[in-house]
Amino acid sequence: MIRINEKTIPFQEGMRVADCIASVKPEADICIVNGFPVPSGTVLHDGDVCCLITRGETPTAVEMEALLVARHTPGVHEKIKKSTVGIMGLGGLGSQVAIALVRIGIGRLVLVDYDLVEPSNLNRQQYFIDQIGMPKIAALAANLGRMNPYVELETVDCRLSEENIPQVFGEVDVLCECFDDPAMKAAALRAALTRMPDTGYVGSSGVAGLGDNNGIVTRQLFPRVFVVGDGESAAGPGQGLMAPRVGIAAHHQANQVLRLLLGKDYNI
Amino acid sequence: MKIIVNGKEKELSPASTLIALVKVLELDPETIVAEHNGRIVPREEYDSLALVENDTLELIRFVGGG
Repeated sequence: MIRINEKTIPFQEGMRVADCIASVKPEADICIVNGFPVPSGTVLHDGDVCCLITRGETPTAVEMEALLVARHTPGVHEKIKKSTVGIMGLGGLGSQVAIALVRIGIGRLVLVDYDLVEPSNLNRQQYFIDQIGMPKIAALAANLGRMNPYVELETVDCRLSEENIPQVFGEVDVLCECFDDPAMKAAALRAALTRMPDTGYVGSSGVAGLGDNNGIVTRQLFPRVFVVGDGESAAGPGQGLMAPRVGIAAHHQANQVLRLLLGKDYNI
Repeated sequence: MKIIVNGKEKELSPASTLIALVKVLELDPETIVAEHNGRIVPREEYDSLALVENDTLELIRFVGGG
């Protein structure tokens, strides 16, 4: 059998990429076989995986799913495309968690931040210079849409509080805490523990500075509840927030969100 | 009196409140989540919650930045 985009067709001795183009995607001008670009005259072998692309064209939803699944661990996309994740705060942590989840094809994100993009954000947050002054929810939604337009995005422009968090994120499977303010980190965890007992939770504490990579850990506090960071490195004078270390923590968070969605790590 | 905080024994004056413990530990109460004998303590009870001998507390402290 030969895989061509989202289709599987029987293999025939001597078939070439050009034959597949003709039958599956006549307008294709780039052919990738087993991960490498090849000319259309290339002869195929049983089991080859072909990706036919038209330069500049957006894949259809079905094609996109097939392309994602090609590089995923088997079974992952099937589960996460039915999942909803809430992200509180779209700064250095939140913007990067959102991107990681969008790239793997999460079903739906609820993105919440009241703030605007500022120049000082750009040392770690996933925004662009031409987005300075834009609300973060709008800027991030625009960026995410260019990576994978098939993720449903709900954006909420509001200041979160211990009182409104359960209502704003009432339908999420996992809640990701990406705040800057430590009082909000505590308030959000309290809200989740007391009023969202069935929701997964991944918080953060201690992602600043130049400490070593292995100081960033993911610690389980309760069933379904984790905190990422070194627990100590607060942002402040002499200890800044920078893309590399913040990024380590953000991707710990994203991977832990994914593991929770896949039913892992639920029990201590 | 003796209480247990994050798995370790601690001596406190009798009839201490949660807020007194937090201050003894030099922590900012705003950044703490407290579990007292298995119950998450609402923020508004920090000042009034009275601790007794052998109470078990888990204090989760958050630092800023993200």
